[in-house]
Amino acid sequence: MKTNKLSWMIAFVLLALMFAGLYVLEQTLPPTTMLFTILKKSVIYALIAVSMNLLNGFTGLFSLGQAGFMVVGAYTFAILTIPVQHRAMVYQYYDGGIVQFALPAALGILAAGAVAAVFAFLVGLPVLRLKSDYLAIATLGFAEIIRAFIQYEGLGPLTNGSNLLRRFPTFTGIIPPFAIVAFCIFIIVMLIHSTYGRALKAIRDDETAAEAMGINLFFHKQLSFVISSFFAGVAGALLAMYQGSIQAASFKSSMTYEILLIVVIGGMGSISGSILASFLFIASSEWWLRFLDNELFIGTFKVPLLRSGFRVVVFSVIIMAVVLFYRRGIMGDREFNLRFLTRGRSKAKERKNG
Amino acid sequence: MEWLERFFPYILAGLSVGGQYALIAIGYTMVYGILRLINFAHGDIFTVAGFIMVYMSATMPLYISIPLTIILTVLLGFTVERVAYKPLREAPRMSIMISAIGMSYLLQNLMWYVTGGLAKQYPVIPFISDSIVVWVTTTKIVTLVTPVLTIVLVILLQQLIHHTKLGMAMRAVSRDFETAKLMGIQINSVISATFIIGSFLAAVGSLLYFSNYPTVTPTVGAMPGLKAFVAAVFGGIGSIPGAVIGALIIGVSENLIKALGYSTFSDAFTFALLIFILLAKPTGLFGEKIIDKV
Amino acid sequence: MKKLVAIVLALMLVLPVFATGEEYAGTITIGIFEPASGDNGPGGKQETLGMYYAHSLVNTVDLNGKLYKIELVEVDNQTSADKAPAAAQTLVSRNVNVVLGSYGSGASMAGSPIFEAAGIPAIGVSCTNPAVTLGSPLYWRICYTDDFQGDVLANFAYNDLGISTAYTLNMLGEDYGAGLVNYFTKAFEKLGGSVVADTFPEGTSDFSAYLQNAANFGSGVIFSPSSTVYASLLLGQAASMKLEVPFVAGDTWASSVILQAVQNTDTKVYFSDFYDENNKDATEISKEFVTGFKAWLNASPQNLTNNGGNDIIAAVSALGYDAYMTAIEAIKKTETGSAAEIAAALPGVEYEGVTGKIVFDENGDAKKDIAYIKIADTEKLDYIFVTTTSIDTEE
Repeated sequence: MKTNKLSWMIAFVLLALMFAGLYVLEQTLPPTTMLFTILKKSVIYALIAVSMNLLNGFTGLFSLGQAGFMVVGAYTFAILTIPVQHRAMVYQYYDGGIVQFALPAALGILAAGAVAAVFAFLVGLPVLRLKSDYLAIATLGFAEIIRAFIQYEGLGPLTNGSNLLRRFPTFTGIIPPFAIVAFCIFIIVMLIHSTYGRALKAIRDDETAAEAMGINLFFHKQLSFVISSFFAGVAGALLAMYQGSIQAASFKSSMTYEILLIVVIGGMGSISGSILASFLFIASSEWWLRFLDNELFIGTFKVPLLRSGFRVVVFSVIIMAVVLFYRRGIMGDREFNLRFLTRGRSKAKERKNG
Repeated sequence: MEWLERFFPYILAGLSVGGQYALIAIGYTMVYGILRLINFAHGDIFTVAGFIMVYMSATMPLYISIPLTIILTVLLGFTVERVAYKPLREAPRMSIMISAIGMSYLLQNLMWYVTGGLAKQYPVIPFISDSIVVWVTTTKIVTLVTPVLTIVLVILLQQLIHHTKLGMAMRAVSRDFETAKLMGIQINSVISATFIIGSFLAAVGSLLYFSNYPTVTPTVGAMPGLKAFVAAVFGGIGSIPGAVIGALIIGVSENLIKALGYSTFSDAFTFALLIFILLAKPTGLFGEKIIDKV
Repeated sequence: MKKLVAIVLALMLVLPVFATGEEYAGTITIGIFEPASGDNGPGGKQETLGMYYAHSLVNTVDLNGKLYKIELVEVDNQTSADKAPAAAQTLVSRNVNVVLGSYGSGASMAGSPIFEAAGIPAIGVSCTNPAVTLGSPLYWRICYTDDFQGDVLANFAYNDLGISTAYTLNMLGEDYGAGLVNYFTKAFEKLGGSVVADTFPEGTSDFSAYLQNAANFGSGVIFSPSSTVYASLLLGQAASMKLEVPFVAGDTWASSVILQAVQNTDTKVYFSDFYDENNKDATEISKEFVTGFKAWLNASPQNLTNNGGNDIIAAVSALGYDAYMTAIEAIKKTETGSAAEIAAALPGVEYEGVTGKIVFDENGDAKKDIAYIKIADTEKLDYIFVTTTSIDTEE
């Protein structure tokens, strides 16, 4: 138990160090550096990936509705926080829209999560009765239906139809997204370590056995679904803040697939794996592999194959390799933990005592 | 009668689209029947077939490029199964589905790379691209050919499944994978045969589809692919006539929805239908009862 | 191990390489923010060609006796509003001083907050939606806007074609089409016409139901400002349905893709354009551009391919040229060519361009009041000039 406490403390120290490091980076590097963009996007994706992992990795529910709940969160946030003086311009075809107030960004993010959670509750009622791939395809379908409704002309005064929403608050620095995501992931970790979390894992490992042990299947599935969607909604709001403008059309099923692949690369059932994979995924797709998209000449020799689009091809080959040969991903279902530090200590202690 | 006259063009177009969905849906339903796998890459194989035809016909006459397109597509389907699905035979179902999603991602990106992300014009296949007057509307001949050809192919396929040894093996594998294996059925050849048939039909479907709508882009197959899958579920996954009837119903109803002025929802409707059928009758119209293997 | 590789990779890319030529006092980087792929890929490439041509003519500026080199950095925004922010971010991280683009309004609007946050001025080239510059203090624009274009096209359809019912069709989630349809509808209804509106979702291939709708409503014209990918499907299906309704569209349809789609058919396609290369009353600057640009195109097979395989000059190439030259004019007014200085200089720029005189109004839009209405030739790959219109929008 003591070692557990110790590792918590080490984790907090590391977190504090991370924030200090971020602060130093922010003070020293110019704000336009690609590094900041990558870090912001990665940390947001980390939250989405962890929220999806809660469903797919910890509860064993194969849901593909993540993009749908993100679009709900992003829209809720944008609709509630666009400053009133900008509304006429954003809702240019709908006379400024029907929402004529603006919430502070923090409340907007909370509301984004809450509305996504309500949607998830309603969608979950029918859908969670379905099994494995039927559940996958039904949640995918729901995500598409949500997207169609947002784009519906009749809801234009609320959602601006299929047009861009913009001019809502955005991040002022790199600390806020990290702080919000760290807090959210902390809550998810707490949940997983609670009795609820153990019940979820029992459902994942054997549904029939879990039910026989007296776990209320539907309640726990619904719980996991709603919580996961809450954080997907929050992540949607963060993504909106990161991008500065949003449009329903961009929350396609391919977005869900991307997140699923991140979860798989990190390891189903590993929170730290999902976080690590998000940073690797975003950094390599947006940054490290960018050079593959540009034609390269060494002297007069043109390096073959390099041109626009090659990056994503290489990238998808890597993903396929992970899926086929490292099926358990980077972390499997283990967590990156600090036991190795504490274990050394306790072993030393044992030796001393022995 | 007046009603019919107004809606006839929509229904005709819907039957044609439905026929094309059907040809894709058969690939889905057969694979699902045997492997219990939603082959997400199937829609992309359909699109690749379109691009192969674009590139082949640029240098070769049609009588060579059409069969060559079909052969190459079949080869692609076969390879995809061998590379991405076969190694995961013993893995949990979720892994193999993720592999399918990864494969779809790879194929789409590959197409984007090869074409530079630009739309390509599909070659004109003479005769079926000509216009023809049907009662109150004018359309391409391919619109009429599609449903007919689809039905002919389905009848042939039914013959294959019910009256050949291969068909018997397929039915056995889809009924009980493990037992079929113990009985000495070459599981891998049966699965390959399934993918070959599915890809063949997708290639034929792509010929018809792109003759009607002659622009090929890397993502053009995504929507028809998803709809075909919905059709397969709607008709009862594993059932070939079910897939065809489901596809025709979806094709016609989405055109009627557009006719009534709700085009924003034409795609959403398909998914609403899917969810409705999953909840009301999860095995679809003609599906077999799913036995949960514990 | 993985971490180590990651760190090394990160370090390799964090350290930017500043290569400054010895004979120059510095480099001023112009970012090209255009689609090279996706639905607007062909048009974006033509627009970019105009910029490269301009760059081949002017690639240094003299600021207070010091010679600065002009460099072009190109990113592909893939036509889509969701890929555009990442592309914009790439330009920002490459430290560009001014941005040119984009072809379409959606990508421009999606990139706009990112340029603004970095304090980089941007010059829109053929993005016609008024919302691009409205309320964006650092966005300027070379072309006319959709309220003007919608008005012109509505007047053309109502008065010149003599039509009183129109059917409008645009793609869901595309800002360009939605905006233009909105202004067209307002103007058309004001004139006394009636409009039936319809939209199609992204990825649509089957337009037969929409065309049938248009026919059933008895509309005299189909107004469909969509990207050329959808337009060619739409036109192809209209031709095989033997639909006799003429099409009217905006500037996007001034493309070889459209010309190819209507070859040997009876489909009439009218569209408005920013520029007409065959204009007999053209200015000297314009004539010079036409001969110079054609020669430049024909000199390189790669350029010809990017232009759609022929040397017909697209209006967007002329606009791309003007955008580049306007940026140069602004840079000339600065001390060192920094982003902030360019932004301060742009409102005062006056430049006699290929597509007309460029002076910005208080929104940052060039004061343009002429649209060229053309019809696509169905026998050979060319446009036929119909009329020029200019409407006094201030009534």
